[in-house]
Amino acid sequence: MHIPDGFLDGQVAAAAAVPAAAAVAYALRRAERDLDERRVPLLGVTSAFVFAVQMLNFPVAGGTSGHLLGAALAAVLLGPWLACLVMTVVLAAQALAFADGGVTALGANVLNMGVIGALTVGLGMAVAVRALRPGRTAFLGMAAAGAWLAVMLGALGTSVELGISGTAPLGAVLPAMLGVHALIGVGEAVVTAAALGAVLAARPDLLALRPRDAAPAAARVGIGAGA
Amino acid sequence: MDRRSTRAFAAVVLALAVALAMGLSPLASPSPDGLERVAADTGFAAGERTHAVQRSAPAPDYAFPGIGDARLATAVSGFVGTLAVFAAAHGLALVLRRRRRPASP
Repeated sequence: MHIPDGFLDGQVAAAAAVPAAAAVAYALRRAERDLDERRVPLLGVTSAFVFAVQMLNFPVAGGTSGHLLGAALAAVLLGPWLACLVMTVVLAAQALAFADGGVTALGANVLNMGVIGALTVGLGMAVAVRALRPGRTAFLGMAAAGAWLAVMLGALGTSVELGISGTAPLGAVLPAMLGVHALIGVGEAVVTAAALGAVLAARPDLLALRPRDAAPAAARVGIGAGA
Repeated sequence: MDRRSTRAFAAVVLALAVALAMGLSPLASPSPDGLERVAADTGFAAGERTHAVQRSAPAPDYAFPGIGDARLATAVSGFVGTLAVFAAAHGLALVLRRRRRPASP
């Protein structure tokens, strides 16, 4: 859902950039606090991983493809604010080096994928995990739902921006975008749950959001398979 | 957990990312993505413009320059791009860490 330049009215693109910039600025300040020694290497490799999976388009219905977003995955791994930074770095690299997503549209793309996708859905998942204290399976289900929601809400934001810009009538673009992204979101949900399942099995201590029965770091040592 | 084992995990994730980007991106579906498809169907696809900055983008549409074969060019973009994004994000993390206020718990 990377919006290229030319699709959005200049004022809409500028208006979208304002909350995006504010969120990123705050995320940078929070990172000074939240970025503990353990998370420092994770920020770089999570960004690399999100970039990589965003290159992998998979076919969905009838001559259309989707690619993974990675926003929910980043949010569960690093927390919502650092995940917003991850998405921003990836989107900026994509726009500047690969002409994937526009430059004047970068604010809108960061808003849709970083703020709505990673930050808002991430905050929602954090609240839900804290309130519901899910076990492992429910946790992965929640992450899958969050992943699907991040894709859908990002598509919603994109549609609204296109509608307000006068590029396309909202009544035409909204159902079309939500329809195709509902399918893409399923792929996102499956891959997110699988990736988090793997991290849960290997290094549950590294997750910012985690299920109630995740083995804490100290207890992992010396336990046999399946810890 | 100690720094060394977190680095080991991070190295695995990075290696996986590079492998995916290099190995699978040439096989990725060439069909238009969701937005492109909607743009084509609804009729606003022609409005797309390329920003001046992007006209000198090194690898537009993930085609690494100087490589004839399209799939190889994509694979190389995957390799270089993944490592470049890692470098940028890791550099950012190091800068942010250095600015942490001392004596934070």
